[in-house]
Amino acid sequence: MGPTAKRTWIHAWLFLSPAMILLIAFTHYPAAVTLFHSFFSTPRGKRSAKFVGLENYETLIADDTFWTVLVNNLWYALATIPLSIGIAIAMALWVDSKLKGRSFVRMAYFTPTVLPLIAVANIWMFFYTPGFGLIDQIRGAFGFAQQNWLGDPESALNAVIVVAIWKEAGFFMIFYLAALQTIPTSLREAAAIEGAGRWYFFRRVTFPLLMPTTLFVSVNAIINSFRLVDHIFIMTEGGPDNASSLLLFYIYETAFRFWDTAYASTLTVVLLLILFTVAIGQFLLLDKRVHYR
Amino acid sequence: MHFTKKLGIGAVAAAMSLSLAGTAQAVDLQFFFPVAVGGKAADTIEALTSEYAAANPDVKIDAVYAGSYQNTVTKALTAARGGQPPQLSVILSVDMFTLIEEEAIVAFDDLIKTDEDKAWLKAFYPAFMENSQTGGKTYGIPFQRSTPVMYWNKEAFKKAGLDPNTPPATWKELVEFGKKLTVKDASGNVTQWGVRIPSSGFPYWLFQGLTTQNDVILANSDGNKTNFADPKVIEALQYLVDLSTKHEVMAPGIIEWGATPKAFFEGESAIMWTSTGNLTNVRTNAPFDFGVAMLPANKRRGAPTGGGNFYIFKDSTDAQKAASLDFIKWITAPKQAAKWSIATGYVAPRADAWETAEMKAYVADFPPALVARNQLEYAVAELSTYQNQRITSIFNDGLEAAITGKSSPEEAMNDAQQKADKILKDYR
Repeated sequence: MGPTAKRTWIHAWLFLSPAMILLIAFTHYPAAVTLFHSFFSTPRGKRSAKFVGLENYETLIADDTFWTVLVNNLWYALATIPLSIGIAIAMALWVDSKLKGRSFVRMAYFTPTVLPLIAVANIWMFFYTPGFGLIDQIRGAFGFAQQNWLGDPESALNAVIVVAIWKEAGFFMIFYLAALQTIPTSLREAAAIEGAGRWYFFRRVTFPLLMPTTLFVSVNAIINSFRLVDHIFIMTEGGPDNASSLLLFYIYETAFRFWDTAYASTLTVVLLLILFTVAIGQFLLLDKRVHYR
Repeated sequence: MHFTKKLGIGAVAAAMSLSLAGTAQAVDLQFFFPVAVGGKAADTIEALTSEYAAANPDVKIDAVYAGSYQNTVTKALTAARGGQPPQLSVILSVDMFTLIEEEAIVAFDDLIKTDEDKAWLKAFYPAFMENSQTGGKTYGIPFQRSTPVMYWNKEAFKKAGLDPNTPPATWKELVEFGKKLTVKDASGNVTQWGVRIPSSGFPYWLFQGLTTQNDVILANSDGNKTNFADPKVIEALQYLVDLSTKHEVMAPGIIEWGATPKAFFEGESAIMWTSTGNLTNVRTNAPFDFGVAMLPANKRRGAPTGGGNFYIFKDSTDAQKAASLDFIKWITAPKQAAKWSIATGYVAPRADAWETAEMKAYVADFPPALVARNQLEYAVAELSTYQNQRITSIFNDGLEAAITGKSSPEEAMNDAQQKADKILKDYR
């Protein structure tokens, strides 16, 4: 290897190292350690951790709560992802058009994103309070009976889903709004001359051109559907009987309430696997249908 | 300036500050405290801490508000695992077994030496000490302690044709009064519920009132065996469920703990069960005349105790441990305990605190403050076991399943007992 080639190598490593060190220290190393810990028992006081092989995974398969939260998380993802993306596109199209007080509407839609989720959860708690909460007061005016939104296993998960959608849609709208503004107006004019309707234009022109944004937003939405659990701490603490508990919330409970770090590691491995599979699938499948330019 | 020169100056400065600290013999203490009720609790703790610091210039106390009880134990244990625990903290009395198992705390017996100290330890109410001792040693000092009591709206009682000065004294009366107090509008929707026993987050606590009244204890004092599937426990749960489903005097589903005082003020419920720690909050904010009573009796009277104890952490110097003990002795002394109790409604944990002039004046002016103390005679230890958070979580899940009608009380309790046995068998 000549001196020039060597120097190029050194430069390459130097340029790579800041990002690489951060990535390894805060992503790869913790993931590897988590996997390692999932094969050991939890150390408690004098009893140190010992190798237990797949025992934690056997516990996991037999754990009803794990399956409950996994199914809950699935519903949570299935509801929040398409709904928040759909609403985001609708809002973006609406505020992209020429309407009075446009910047005010844009700001209003974006506000939920700016507010911390914990504060939001406290506000929604008041909305949901049976009897004298906002929703029940409005329903009461029309003669409906009071409804215990957060205290009923049938509605608790939906109640926290609504908050997540409300929180996310405004954020995604910003990306769509930016993407819409890059679509040349000549396309719209051309379509108008050809006599294409608004829905046809959206379906065949706007939506395909928004695909890169949709990919980006849906990756974010999926990550968020496993990550956004702050409001559950405030609103339901996963109750009643785990009806509104999600995987990450259960991991937190196991690690920092029950102090069962080994089992929490096992649960985390499952979460990592899910996210890994989703990410791979998304890039392989969707990449073909996305037009980057 | 040259780098080595800078370093030299830094070293001199560091050495100077070290020697200064050395001459003053200052002890630094970090103190974590939680706040679980509305009102002025945090202000009062900080005022008391600075009062102590002013009287003891050689001790520096850093009082850190650490959030809820749950946040506080999480922070303290995380810090202890990282090798930098606080020197002392107020943490739920029921977390004692967890803290012992993590080897995070020391027993007070190992710190106290004089007869005077021993006498101090003996003067706390026995009901509070049940949750503070195990294996013949004392690990916690009662401070922020409470017990659930029943608050009732006297105006609502009058409107319902009941004597405003007679609260329900038995389970049967609670149902009878509740039926009279439940008001419906023309379309049949309830506008005022008779009773509110909140069940969100930690339903086991108020439920333990019912089990105690039904004369059954939920866990042994070694903390390694629970009694969830006892027929008397199931019977108590059936009663709780019946309040909503059969008698229809309480709102169905899980009832939010935090919104309970507000629901009482708004007239949503005429009777509520909640912590005595809310007493000052209710006194300040209830827009009507209210009463405070012991929980109703069934086979006997009964209630759990609750709230937080002082713990001293292991990983500190002997000087820090001694200073922590001294601070705890000071803040639980009659005068300070009285001040704390009056500001919040928590039960002053020692008989002598109730003998102070301030406390006597307060009680004379506001007799409901006595109810919680008098109830201590019938109180039992709050449910506490090894792996406490997990066991209570299993129990809570069972209670919630029964309250929301997902399973029958019997199924729910048998299931909870089985799960608890699986975890606790390692501790027997």
